[in-house]
Amino acid sequence: MAGVTLDTVRKIYAGNVEAVKGVSLGIEDGSFCVLVGPSGCGKSTLLRMIAGLETISDGTVNIGDRVVNEVEPADRDIAMVFQNYALYPHMSVYDNMAYGLRNRGTPKDEIEKRVKEAARILAIEPFLARKPRALSGGQRQRVAMGRAIVRKPQVFLFDEPLSNLDAKLRVQMRVEIKRLQRALGVTSIYVTHDQVEAMTLSDKLVVMSGGQIEQVGTPSEVYRRPETRFVATFIGSPPMNILPGKVEGPGRVSVGGQVLNVTDMRDGLPPGSAIEVGLRPEDVQAGGSSSSTLAMNVDFVEELGATQLFHGKVAGAEFIVQASTGQIAADTRKLTLSVDPGNVHLFDPETTKRLGRV
Amino acid sequence: MVESRRYRNILAYFTLTVGIVVVAFPVYLAILASTFDAATIINGNMPLLPGDQAGVNYPRALFSGGRMAREPVSMMMVNSFIMAVGIAVGKILISILSAFAVVYFSFPLRKTAFWVIFITLMLPIEVRIYPTYKIVADLGLLDTYTGLIMPLIASATGTLLFRQFFMTIPDELLEASKIDGAGPFRFFKDTLIPLSMTTIAALFVIQFIYGWNQYLWPLLITTKGSMQTIVIGIKKMITTQDALTEWQIAMTTAVLAMVPPVLVVVFMQRLFVKGLVETEK
Amino acid sequence: MEKRALFSSKILPYALLLPQLVITIIFFYLPASQAIWQSFLLEDAFGLSSEFVGFENYRHLFGQPEYYKAMVTTVVFSTSVAILSLSCALLLATQADKQLRGGEGYKTLLIWPYAVAPAIAGVLWIFMFHPTLGTLARPIKAMGIDWNPMLNGKHAMTLLVLSATWKQISYNFLFFLAGLQAIPKSVIEAAAIDGASPLRRFWTIIFPLLSPTTFFLIVVNIVYVFFDTFGIIDAVTGGGPAGQTTTLVYKVYADGRLGGDLGGSAAQSVILMIIVIALTAVQFRYIERKVQY
Repeated sequence: MAGVTLDTVRKIYAGNVEAVKGVSLGIEDGSFCVLVGPSGCGKSTLLRMIAGLETISDGTVNIGDRVVNEVEPADRDIAMVFQNYALYPHMSVYDNMAYGLRNRGTPKDEIEKRVKEAARILAIEPFLARKPRALSGGQRQRVAMGRAIVRKPQVFLFDEPLSNLDAKLRVQMRVEIKRLQRALGVTSIYVTHDQVEAMTLSDKLVVMSGGQIEQVGTPSEVYRRPETRFVATFIGSPPMNILPGKVEGPGRVSVGGQVLNVTDMRDGLPPGSAIEVGLRPEDVQAGGSSSSTLAMNVDFVEELGATQLFHGKVAGAEFIVQASTGQIAADTRKLTLSVDPGNVHLFDPETTKRLGRV
Repeated sequence: MVESRRYRNILAYFTLTVGIVVVAFPVYLAILASTFDAATIINGNMPLLPGDQAGVNYPRALFSGGRMAREPVSMMMVNSFIMAVGIAVGKILISILSAFAVVYFSFPLRKTAFWVIFITLMLPIEVRIYPTYKIVADLGLLDTYTGLIMPLIASATGTLLFRQFFMTIPDELLEASKIDGAGPFRFFKDTLIPLSMTTIAALFVIQFIYGWNQYLWPLLITTKGSMQTIVIGIKKMITTQDALTEWQIAMTTAVLAMVPPVLVVVFMQRLFVKGLVETEK
Repeated sequence: MEKRALFSSKILPYALLLPQLVITIIFFYLPASQAIWQSFLLEDAFGLSSEFVGFENYRHLFGQPEYYKAMVTTVVFSTSVAILSLSCALLLATQADKQLRGGEGYKTLLIWPYAVAPAIAGVLWIFMFHPTLGTLARPIKAMGIDWNPMLNGKHAMTLLVLSATWKQISYNFLFFLAGLQAIPKSVIEAAAIDGASPLRRFWTIIFPLLSPTTFFLIVVNIVYVFFDTFGIIDAVTGGGPAGQTTTLVYKVYADGRLGGDLGGSAAQSVILMIIVIALTAVQFRYIERKVQY
C-alpha cells in the first residue's frame, strides 16, 4: 500500500480554462481522504488526474514513491468506483469483477478465490451469475465496490459513488464503505458534494472551491475552526450565520450595537473596522444570563422532529437558531440569544479568511 | 375516450383489413400462378383458388430453370445469398472499424476522415453507375462476387449508425476498462462488440434485404448466366415476347425471390424496425 | 460532441479507417469525379478518342425535348407516388394506432412488402394488370376501357405509380405509426376534454404534431422514387412506350447503355448528383434539428 502526494497540480483545459489551480496535498498511507466542494470546484478533475483519466497539465502526482504523471491508469495500481458504477452491462457480476484480473493474467484459481472473497465481504454471493441490469441500485453499487476490492490496489478512488442511491440506502452504504476501508486499510480518496458524507467518512477532509484547496484537516478541525468563510458556510447544516459586525477592541466585537466577547480573535485589529461574525445555529442559546447577547426577531419555525429551526433576523441579517424541541415556545416572536465567546468565528470581509489567533 | 368507441373500432378494423388484403393481393396472385400450368394462365381466366401444379413448377424452377433464363433458380438464389450476405457483412466490418476510430481515438485527421465517409451518404450508386462500371471492369471484377459487393458497401450508413450508437455508451465504461487494464483491442473485443450486438444484427437485417433486392448494379456487371442473381433472372424470364414467357415459372421464381427477405422481415421484425428507423434509410 | 475519454495512438486509427477509406475512394470518389470529368468530354462513336468540350454536353442536354419530358415524367411520377403512398400509409397508421390489441400483428401484415425487391414488385403488378392475362385487367376491360400499359403511356404510368406506391406504403406506415405512438396520450385527452371531435382532434392536434415525420417522409419518398424505382420501371415498362415513362435516372442508364452517349449520360449524372445533394441537405437540416447531440 502507499500514500498519495500531489505537488502543485494544475489542470488547464483548451481555451485556457484552469479547472485545478495548483493543488498540493499529502495523503497518508491507509487514510481515508475526502475531497468535498460544490460542483465545478475541480474535485472530480483532481481525482481523475490521480486515476490517470485526465492528463496533468503541470505539477506531479506520486503514488507511493513513484511519479505517475505519464503512467497509464491500468499501471497505477489503483481501482475506481464511478458515480454511475460503469459496470459492463453484458458481463455477469462475476465477470465484471474478474475482468481486470484476467487482463493482468492473474491465474484462474486466484481470480476465483479473490472474487468469492470479495463477494462474501459485500454479501453479493447470490448474484454472481446475474447481469447488472437484474440488480437493484444498492447491489450494483456493491458490485462496483467488489470490482475495486478484488484488484487489491494501493489506492481506492471513489467518484461520488453514492449519489445515485436513495437517501436511506445512501446512509447504509456510507457506513459499509467506512467499515470496509477500515478493514482493508487501503488508502482511499473519495469525492463528494455532500458534506454529511464528507464529515462522516473522512480521516482527512479537503474542502475545495474554485479549483483550489480552502482547508485541509480532520472533520472536527474543519468544523470547529473553519479557515475561510466559504468553509464555514459549506460545512455544517443548517449553514453558519454570518453577521456584519465591527471591531470594538481586543476580544470584543459588536453586531448592530450589541457587544459580543470573543475568545479566538487576532490581536491588533483596529477598533471600528468592519468584520464578519459567524455563529453556528446550534451554538447559540435562547435566554441565559451571558454577558454577550443578541436580540432576534422570529419570522417562522421549521419543525424537524427532535429539533426546531427558528428563522428570523438579527441586526437586519438573516439568522437561524437550532434548538431542541420544546426548549423555546414555538410562538415566540422575540428571542434573546446568549453567545459563548468560544463559539464566535471572525472573518475578514475582504479576504474572507479567518481572523483567529495566529 | 368513450365516445362511439365501438363504431370507430369497427371502422378501424375494416380499414386495416382492406389495407392488408390490398397489400397482399398481388403476392397472392403470384402464389396462385405458381400452382397452375402455362395454359391455365395464358387463357386469362386463372381461378382464384390454388391449382395442383406447384409440385411441378417449384422443382422445375429451382433445378432446371425457365426456357429463357436457362439457369436453375437455386443457383441464382445462391448468388443472391452470397451477394446479400457479402454486402451485409462487408458493410458491418468496415463501418464498425471506422466508427471505432472516429469515436474513440483522437488524431489529427479525424474530422476530415469523418466527412470523407459522410459525403457518400448523399450519392447512391445509380448516379455514378457507368464510371463505377468502368473501374470495376478495369480491375477485372466483372462477373465476380467482389465486383458485385464492393461498390455497394462504399457508403456511410453503417458508419453513422455505429457512431450514433457508440456515442450513447457512457464514457465511464471506457474509463473503467482502462483502469481494468484493457487497451484499444481488448476494449473493442470485450466491451464494444458485445454491446453492439443488437445494432450489428439490425444493420445486418437491413443490409441483407438491401443486398438481396439489388437490381441495376448486378444487371450491369453480370454477363454470365452463372453469376445471375434471382432478381435479374426473373426479369429476363418475362421481357421477351409474350408468347414465350412461361408465366408459371416466372411467378414461381418471383415467389422464391420474395421468400428470404420477407421471412427476415417477419421473423426479425424488431431488429428490422430498429435498423430501418435508426439508419433512416 | 466528443467523448471525454479517448485512446491515443499514432497509427491504429488510420489502420482502422483504411478498409472503408480505400473502398470509398476506389468505388465512390473515383467514379463520382470521373462522372464529372466525363461530362465535359465528347467521345467519338467508337469510344477511341475523346476531346474536351466544356459545357457542350450540358448545352446539348438542355436542347433536347426528351430531357424536359423525362423531367416532367419524374415530377409527375414522384408527386403521385409520394401523395398516394403517404396518404394511404397515414390512414392505415391512424387506424392501427387506435387498435391497441393486435397492433403488432397489423404491423407485421402491413410492413412486409418493404422486403420485396422493386423489380419483383413490378413483375407482380404487370402480371396482375397484364392486358391479356391479368386478373385485374379483365374487369377494367369489361368496363369498356381499352386497357394496355404496353401501348398506352398513361396506362403504363398508372401501373408504375401503383406498384411503386404499393411498395412504399409499408415504409411510410412504419414511420407514421412510430410518430403517432410518440404523441403523448395526455395531449389528445386534453383536446377531448376541450370538446374537440375525433376528426377535429386529428386535424388540429395529431396532424400538426406529426408534421416532422411527414416532412421527413416526403423527402425520403422523393429520393425513393428517384432511385429505388429503377427496378420497377425496367421491369414494368422499360421506359416505354415511346419513352413516356423514362425518368431522369432511367435516362442516365438508357442513354449510357443503349445509346452509348457516355458524355451526355455523365452530364445527366452530374445534374442528378446536384439534385440529390440539395435534397439531402434539406433532409440533413431536419435530422440535425431532431438529433441534437
